[in-house]
Order: sequence, then structure tokens, then C-alpha cells
Amino acid sequence: MKKKFARRHVEEAIFKVLMIGSFVLVVGSLGLILLTVIVKGWPALTLDMLTQTPKGGYYLGKEGGILNAIVGSLYLAGGGTLLALIIALPIVIYLAMYASRSRWAATVRLSLDVLWGIPSIVYGAFAFIIMLAIGMRASLLGGIIVLGLLELPIMVRAIDEVVRIMPFEMKEASFSLGATRFETAVKVIVRQTLPGIVTAILLAFGRGIGDAASVMFVAGYTDRMPESLLRPAASLPLAVFFQLGTPFPEVQQRAYAAALILTTIVLIVSLGSRWLSGRLSRYVVK
Amino acid sequence: MQAHIQVRDLNVEYSGHAALKNVSVEIPKQQLTVIIGPSGCGKTTLLKSMNRLLELSDETRVSGQVLIDGADIYDPAIDVTEVRKKAGLLAQRPYPLPMSIYDNVAYGMRIHGLKKGRDLDRAVQHYLELAGLWNEVKDRLKSPATRLSIGQQQRLCLARGLAVEPEILLGDEATSALDPISAQHIEERLHELKQQYTIVLVTHILRQAKRLADYVIFMYLGEVVEHGPAHEVFSNPREERTRAYLEGAIG
Repeated sequence: MKKKFARRHVEEAIFKVLMIGSFVLVVGSLGLILLTVIVKGWPALTLDMLTQTPKGGYYLGKEGGILNAIVGSLYLAGGGTLLALIIALPIVIYLAMYASRSRWAATVRLSLDVLWGIPSIVYGAFAFIIMLAIGMRASLLGGIIVLGLLELPIMVRAIDEVVRIMPFEMKEASFSLGATRFETAVKVIVRQTLPGIVTAILLAFGRGIGDAASVMFVAGYTDRMPESLLRPAASLPLAVFFQLGTPFPEVQQRAYAAALILTTIVLIVSLGSRWLSGRLSRYVVK
Repeated sequence: MQAHIQVRDLNVEYSGHAALKNVSVEIPKQQLTVIIGPSGCGKTTLLKSMNRLLELSDETRVSGQVLIDGADIYDPAIDVTEVRKKAGLLAQRPYPLPMSIYDNVAYGMRIHGLKKGRDLDRAVQHYLELAGLWNEVKDRLKSPATRLSIGQQQRLCLARGLAVEPEILLGDEATSALDPISAQHIEERLHELKQQYTIVLVTHILRQAKRLADYVIFMYLGEVVEHGPAHEVFSNPREERTRAYLEGAIG
């Protein structure tokens, strides 16, 4: 009989502790964040916050709400995500069908990974310079474009990964029926990877709606509802930022309420896209 | 014998490794030709050269000619989608497309604009019948193709291939992933279909080759060793290596 405390059993025990430890760390931090936002934000969350724009003196603790930022954020992130998707799909199809393993494709993928890592404030600053150069004011449209560019690398790489694990034989089946590469991409690959595309959209939307730095200069901030693409638009992360920066405790509390609203939006979108991608996987070949 | 496909001095390389060496062979029209030989001898490569599927993988170099009805399918002026439409493929494992049973069969007809509306419905039924699947799926045409058993999926792939009106059917060990009864289904279909189609089947099952073949090509290490009518090759092989393979000494 071997000893029970042989080296490999000790290894096993250590790794088990490490695994449980990192699990607790991840779930614990998520729980703590949610707890903080709920505990601090819930008492300040009123119906007015969701249904009204800031009235005079709102940032001093008087009445009003942040409907302008809620709607602004949805427009900004929704528009940015749509823009990113429109640009991402052709890139993904190109990578998958025409240049899969070429050096060119590797360069494109590397560039996207680098773009992914660039801090969003850099996107914002870069876009700001361009805006100044062409004489454009801070606007909803500018914010949408910057968020679209910010989301693009995530979107392309996330879709690219699901397209790459698609069985080669499925493409071969489509080709052997005389389909062109484009027909195969649009009618077979997109359908097969639709659940993955939905997940990519969610990831991109999540990054877009949560980002304050890139839209700060470009979309600006306003107490009015976003009415035109060429006017500034408010956003939730900036609403949190501004309110947290005031010296008044009740306004700071409202910052947590705004954070709670933002978190809830992300949660709803996550659950919604999970449900949707479950529905869409009906025809997916596993 | 009227040749439908003529392969002339075909050489195929995968990243520098020769998979086919100077292959020249003729495939008779509306007969069932079987390509036999040990694994890795180039059977599938030869098969896939006949509808230009080889070029889907990078770093594949093809030289030589493959003529279908006298026209070189590797001629740059030829439309590759027409070549592939003319020669359908039945793969080793069935890969249904990510759509319903109906849409799988309709897919090819739609992209080639062959049928529309009512005609499409009738055509889908016709090809499912031809593949011997209609009775099992007629009540659930809209359900996902993946709900079918693997044997049914292979017959669906057959229907899907027939629907683009090919003249040639290429089978790459098309029964090897199936249970014996499903395999028998496919064999029966192929036996019927060879009246109208030129069928080329790669197999490593010698008994299957003997059951089905009108014409036999024996390959070994990337070369065609011997080819001829099935009864001649099986009963009286000319080459020593063919004899050894048939007796189970190699492969």
C-alpha cells in the first residue's frame, strides 16, 4: 500500500483549495458590488428618477430624475452596438471565408486585439481631436460612432471565435451544392453561429453602455432629453460620475441609484440575450 | 464504355507532400465506380478532385486535368459552382445545414433558382422520396434536421445533393458512420440511382465494394495500381499488389 499523503494527493488538495478560492473571489466580488449598489442606491431610487429629467437644482438635491441619461445611454449604446455589428459582420465573413489562415488575417486579428486593449479614454481623446478638426460639436452621433469603434474589436473577435469552431464539413457541404462563399457565409455560417453572434452583441453592448470616458468629450452631457443626432446626449455612467462628485450626501445617494439602474439594464439585456440565443439555437447543428 | 469523367496526369500536393502521383483513370457513365485501397492512399483526394473541393484547404496544389463530359473542370474560365452543382458529394458523416428538413433540401434549389413556390414543395417531396426518407419526415418537414437519426440525416444529405440535379454523385465512405441497417438503406438507394447517375464511391469495406461496384479503381500510396470492370478486377487481378490487397495481405 502507498501512503495516502503521497505528493500527488497533496497537489490535488492544493488545486482544489485554489479553485474554490478563485470561485469565491469571483462570485464574492460580484455579490459585494451588487450589494453595495442595491443597499446604497435603493433608498434613493424613486419613480421620479426614472420618469423625469433633472429640474433646476437637481444636482443640489432638489427634484427631478435622470430619464435623460437613461434614454441617452440606451441610444448611445444601442446605436454604437448596431454600428459595430454592421461593420463587424463583413470583417468576420471576410476572415472566415476569404482569408482564414493567411498572414493578412493574422494581422487583422492582432490589430483588433490591440484595439481591444486600448483604454476607452484614448478613443475619446482621439475622436475629440477629429471633432475639433472638422468643426463638429459634441453630439449623440459622435458618441454613437465612438462607442461603435470601441465595441468593434470585441464584436469581431467574439463572432470570429464562434465562426472558427464551426465544422469545416458544414462549409464543404454547402460548397459541394454549388453555393458561393458569400451564400455559404450568409445562409449557413450566420445561421449556425447566430447564438454566438447574440452573445457577442451582448458583450459589446455591455462595454458600450458602461463606458464613461469615451463619450465624455464626444457626446457631452445635457439635462435635456436626446432629441437630435447632432445635439449632445447624457449617459448613465456620466450621471453617476457627476452626482458622485457633488458634496451633497443625498445627491451621492442618487449616484448609487443611477448605478443601480445601469446595472439593472445590463442584467436585463444579459438575461434577454440568453433567452434569445437559446431560442435561436433550435436549428444549430452541434 | 463511355467515359463520363477522365482524370489525366493528376498530381496533388498538400504542403509539399504528394497525395496523388500521375493519376490517370476514366470513370464510366451511369455506372457505379468504387475506389478501394488502404487508408491514406489518396482515395478521398481523387474523389474530391472531381468537384474541386480540394482547393478549399489552403496549401493544396493541383496539376493535371479532370475532364467531365470532355471539359476540363480546372480550366480557369470554368465556373466552379457549376462544377460542384454537377457533381454532388455525400460525405463520410452527414452534416445537415443549420435549418429545417425542408430547407435543407430546398437550399440548393433556392440558390440556383431552380424551383419556386408550389414547384419547390413538390420538388422537395420528390427528392426526399428518391432518397427514401419522405415517409419518415413528411409530418415534420419544419423541424430541425438535427432531430433526425444519423442514418436519416445521411439520406437527407443524399436528397439535398440530388435536389441540385447533378449528373455525378461522389460518396466518401458514405456509410462508414452509419449502423448496418442505415448503411443498407444508403446502399439500396445508390444501387437504384446508378441507372441515372454516374456514381463514384470511396470505400474501405471490401464486401461493400463487391456488392455495389460495376467498375473498380485500386489505389496504393497515391497511385492508381489497377482499374477495370469489377468482375475482372475482383476475380482476376492483373497486379500483384491488387491481389495482395484483395486477399488481405496489405492495407
